[in-house]
Amino acid sequence: MTSMRQRFYEIAREALDEDERVAVVTAQIGTDSVGEHPRHFDVGIREQLMIGVAAGLAAEGYRPVAHSYTPFLVERPYEMLKLDLGHNDLGAVLVSIGASYDAAREGRTHQAPEDVALVAALPGWTIHVPGHVDEVDVLLRHALADDGRVYIRLSEETNHARVDGGGFTVLRRGSPGSALVLAVGPTLGPVLEATVERDATVAYLATVRPFPHGELRDALGSGSDVVLAEPYLAGTSSAEVAVALQDRPHRLLALGVPNAELRRYGTGPEHRAAHGLDAAGIARSLDSFLS
Amino acid sequence: MAITTTPGYDALPALITRLTGDEKHDRSSFSTLDVLWVLYDRVLGEEDRFVLSKGHGPTAYYAVLAAKGLIPTELLDGFGDFESPLGHHPDRVLVPGVEFSSGSLGHGLAVATGRALTGRRVYCLVGDAELEEGSNWEAVQYAGRIGLASLTAIVIDNDSSSHGWQEGVERRLMLEGWVARRVDGRDHEQLAAALAPDADGTRPRVIVAEVEPR
Repeated sequence: MTSMRQRFYEIAREALDEDERVAVVTAQIGTDSVGEHPRHFDVGIREQLMIGVAAGLAAEGYRPVAHSYTPFLVERPYEMLKLDLGHNDLGAVLVSIGASYDAAREGRTHQAPEDVALVAALPGWTIHVPGHVDEVDVLLRHALADDGRVYIRLSEETNHARVDGGGFTVLRRGSPGSALVLAVGPTLGPVLEATVERDATVAYLATVRPFPHGELRDALGSGSDVVLAEPYLAGTSSAEVAVALQDRPHRLLALGVPNAELRRYGTGPEHRAAHGLDAAGIARSLDSFLS
Repeated sequence: MAITTTPGYDALPALITRLTGDEKHDRSSFSTLDVLWVLYDRVLGEEDRFVLSKGHGPTAYYAVLAAKGLIPTELLDGFGDFESPLGHHPDRVLVPGVEFSSGSLGHGLAVATGRALTGRRVYCLVGDAELEEGSNWEAVQYAGRIGLASLTAIVIDNDSSSHGWQEGVERRLMLEGWVARRVDGRDHEQLAAALAPDADGTRPRVIVAEVEPR
């Protein structure tokens, strides 16, 4: 199956050919895959410039796409996201690869599980965490046609099938009063496996900002237990759940990548298991929280 | 130093006083005054863009915008107040006529580079101390290497860089492929000549406008 990353490059090439508004700015990562085009600017290993150039292109009416690994797209030029794009009120599509621990062998320098929390801390960003390559297709094309600030987080982890819509989707209904388990992006696979014999409502979300407060509240119904499974920093959306349920008693278990350095190499699946985000880990957490 | 007698230029000190409410003006706002005036009075065409990267001390900028009718003169009163769109760093969302929201140093040259990549003629003003920020050099290197002729950087050199620039700051830009020229930052004729568009240029230009040391 085509990876999310490959699909992104295909769509970027297509968009450059078909939409004269679209421009792509890279900083060595993905440069050859996007290929040569008069509106593809590779600025070398200069990520601050990459975002500044994207802002300049947006100011001239273009729809810029900037791309790199999560730490180099979000953390290195973070102030450029805040000011060149945000404060200047300019739009861009930022597409990251590497997610939280796809670059497991590369180590901490190539990992940024805090990316979504950082982008979400800035006003006006739409954040997509697709769980399947076909969702990338829909979300990316939509973002290219839009004018706003959009962050799309690609991963090697993928669900077995796409979920249409990108918004809050209830996939399985538990009995009234049962817990709501909300799986974000590629956590859906392990969440479904971990909940197969459990009485719980399971919902899916690929677009985490703006957060769907009303939909979460509706899906919880008369229940009071919420489990959030996010493939990045644990608790990134906890405050959003608190807002959604601010006037009613509830309990929240926020699963995600712990805010600690693992200091291990290896593979993505090994990291997922170490963080308790594989099916067995999620099942253990659910047992403990819901017993 | 040649000071022109254009009424608009002569009106600037009074406009600045209206902003600050003080006869005594801070030197950072004054260091850019003549460059800004020459740009808006004689250089910038309707299709051109100006990115003020050095947003510190923007009173000269606001005064020039007001003198040129780009913002209403009444706005100058209440500078920095809660109700005023004119802050101590300019905001393009609040002030039509301001093309870039600045304040944090080292951002404008990259954004100007992005604008210039579309073929647009773009002028970007930075300070010699601002160039201490490493982010500037990403833009300097890239624009120089690709020969981004539509970009002109203006460095206000008031010798305020903390550790100085050995042999002049322009030497570093020249190494990266820029065409450099140092002029008297108070001399309108020199400034206008140096800033005039060069239709045959094949490289980005840097004009170092030297003013009194800070």
